[in-house]
Amino acid sequence: MTAVLEQTAGVAASSRRGAILSVRDLKTYFATPAGEVKAVDGLSFDLRAGQVLGLVGESGSGKSVTGFSIVRLIEPPGRIVGGEISFKGQELTGASLEEMRRLRGRHIAMIFQDPMMTLNPVLRIDTQMIEAIQAHERVPIAEARARARDALGKVGIPSPEERLKAYPHQFSGGMRQRVAIATALLNQPDLIIADEPTTALDVTIQAQILAEVQKLTRDTNTAVIWISHDLSVVSGMADEVAVMYAGRIVEAGPVAEVINAPRHPYTAGLIGSLPSRNRRGERLRQIHGMTPNLLDLPEGCAFRTRCDHADEACRREPGLFARHGHVHRCFHPCREDA
Amino acid sequence: MPFWFIKRLFGALLIVFAMTIIVFVGVSVIGNPADILVPPDADQVERLRIVTALGLDQPLWKQYLSFIGNALHGDLGTSFVFGEPALKVILQRMPATFELAFSALILAILFGIPLGLYAGLRPHGLLSRSIMAGSILGFSLPTFWVGLMMIMLFAVQLGWLPSGGRGETVDVLGVRWSFLTADGLRHLILPALNLALFKISLVIRLTRAGVREVMPQEYIKFARAKGLTERRIISVHVLKNILIPIITVIGLEFGSLIAFAVVTETIFAWPGMGKLIIDSINSLDRPMIVAYLVIIVIFFTTINLIVDFLYTVLDPRVRLESGG
Ligand SMILES: Nc1ncnc2c1ncn2[C@@H]1O[C@H](COP(=O)(O)OP(=O)(O)OP(=O)(O)O)[C@@H](O)[C@H]1O
Ligand code: SF4
Ligand SMILES: [Mg+2]
Repeated sequence: MTAVLEQTAGVAASSRRGAILSVRDLKTYFATPAGEVKAVDGLSFDLRAGQVLGLVGESGSGKSVTGFSIVRLIEPPGRIVGGEISFKGQELTGASLEEMRRLRGRHIAMIFQDPMMTLNPVLRIDTQMIEAIQAHERVPIAEARARARDALGKVGIPSPEERLKAYPHQFSGGMRQRVAIATALLNQPDLIIADEPTTALDVTIQAQILAEVQKLTRDTNTAVIWISHDLSVVSGMADEVAVMYAGRIVEAGPVAEVINAPRHPYTAGLIGSLPSRNRRGERLRQIHGMTPNLLDLPEGCAFRTRCDHADEACRREPGLFARHGHVHRCFHPCREDA
Repeated sequence: MPFWFIKRLFGALLIVFAMTIIVFVGVSVIGNPADILVPPDADQVERLRIVTALGLDQPLWKQYLSFIGNALHGDLGTSFVFGEPALKVILQRMPATFELAFSALILAILFGIPLGLYAGLRPHGLLSRSIMAGSILGFSLPTFWVGLMMIMLFAVQLGWLPSGGRGETVDVLGVRWSFLTADGLRHLILPALNLALFKISLVIRLTRAGVREVMPQEYIKFARAKGLTERRIISVHVLKNILIPIITVIGLEFGSLIAFAVVTETIFAWPGMGKLIIDSINSLDRPMIVAYLVIIVIFFTTINLIVDFLYTVLDPRVRLESGG
């Protein structure tokens, strides 16, 4: 039973109603001297309150651009050229700058990839956290400070009261990322967009932070978009996963289904290159070929030049095929027993 | 006092010491003051008497040693022309120069930072381009020429402002100040602006470059993601970052403001140290020249020290690295 759904990433219309975030056919292009880079090209997905969506794909697939498009922080030469982003019933693509400012940090918070760069080096931690509260609420400074201190405590920073007075350079990378996470949690947002927040950190700290974010967001029913190029990181914590390739979602569905029965050859390749899923002694299966040049994508399926299943049919563009909320964009999907 | 500061202090003293040697040798090369000071109709005996009285018969190294010995007691020599201690003569003229230099500094900040901010935030706008073009003029037009043009336009043609002098002054703590009276202020405007022009251009360019460097940083994007207003981002996140290099340069430039006041003071007949040194050079008043240069060197090194110190206050990273 397969059906072609245009522009909807396979999530059934019923679940769309309960969504706090609903992205439809989002297109974000960059006008570069070499041509128009279609970094995100027709992206659709839904997110319910408390749900964790893992957004996975190799470097340059458009994950960050997706995240920044949602909060409308795309800078020139980038521009959202089409699509809809509906957040709690509000349409964001047409929202005013002030409307967006009020949403950011208050209802939609972000955590960035590189903790070494996200905190202002010349401002103390308390300044940077208190301002995040006072940008949205008239709160006395002492109260805002207390909230900042509690948030630091929650993310596992020892002696938060003293650490508030420190400057970013006095923290390690892992600690800085905790500060960024604490800042994101300050206003109890409905949605956190975490853009590879643990990639720059070493593995043990990655795991700790992952577990903490998971716990904190579960407690407050916060929805999360967790961006990563590493499917194994996402598979441990996400409810749903969406795999991006060249600005599009090529496969999406519940984590267990996508991991255990990938349909798209690209997803299968990603899983094949996870060391834990390989039998001992077997060579890691890699996706061969180079990451695609967005200015020079093959006609039809963008993955065609790297795909083992490719044939004449793939010269046309595959639509989205859906089965039980598990969607894929491929003419010759992998079989479930593969 | 932190160790690094003591180290810098020691270095500064060494520099001052080295400079006195250079200045002393340099000045003795310019010419023999006796040629100017001894009346042309004086006979050999009279000439010898004057030369001995001024200590010019001694070998240079002996003159230097006695200069250093006296300098350590706060005596930088006696002016040939005024017959008074050179230090005293200079100190009398110093407030006028300070007043002028400070006014120029304030103008540089007042105009330079807002214009530079604007040009940095809207780099492609017409106004920004005009600001930048203006700053290039400010850099390249010679101070004396601009000064003369200002006098021509505002003093001679329009008659709005006086062309020279300090105007009415008020005595505060035994020192005369122009900026406290309306008339004095009118006298101050043109020379201060003239002296400031180069610095305004410098601050504009520094500020603009700083803004352009800071705006694309991740922490600015993160500040936006927190929902901060653009106003707060610029006035706190951007400004605090670019203030560090600006303060450094403005501070370091204060010394050169005082040094360059020479030109402005001469054009606007502003009775400060700069005008004094020009007069002293004309009359080969060697102790005055040496004393002036030594004072200027001490100035520069002191300012450097203060700037270093301010730097550590402003930039938390420097504070940590230097262990203060
Ligand atoms: N400022 C820009 N100018 C031009 N092109 C851009 C710009 N920013 C992003 N792009 C294009 O958008 C594409 C997607 O970028 P994006 O940052 O979303 O990738 P990503 O999936 O987050 O990769 P990574 O894992 O490396 O962070 C890139 O391939 C790049 O070509
Ligand atoms: S559509 Fe064809 S080329 Fe594209 S992934 Fe499927 S089999 Fe491979
Ligand atoms: Mg990215």
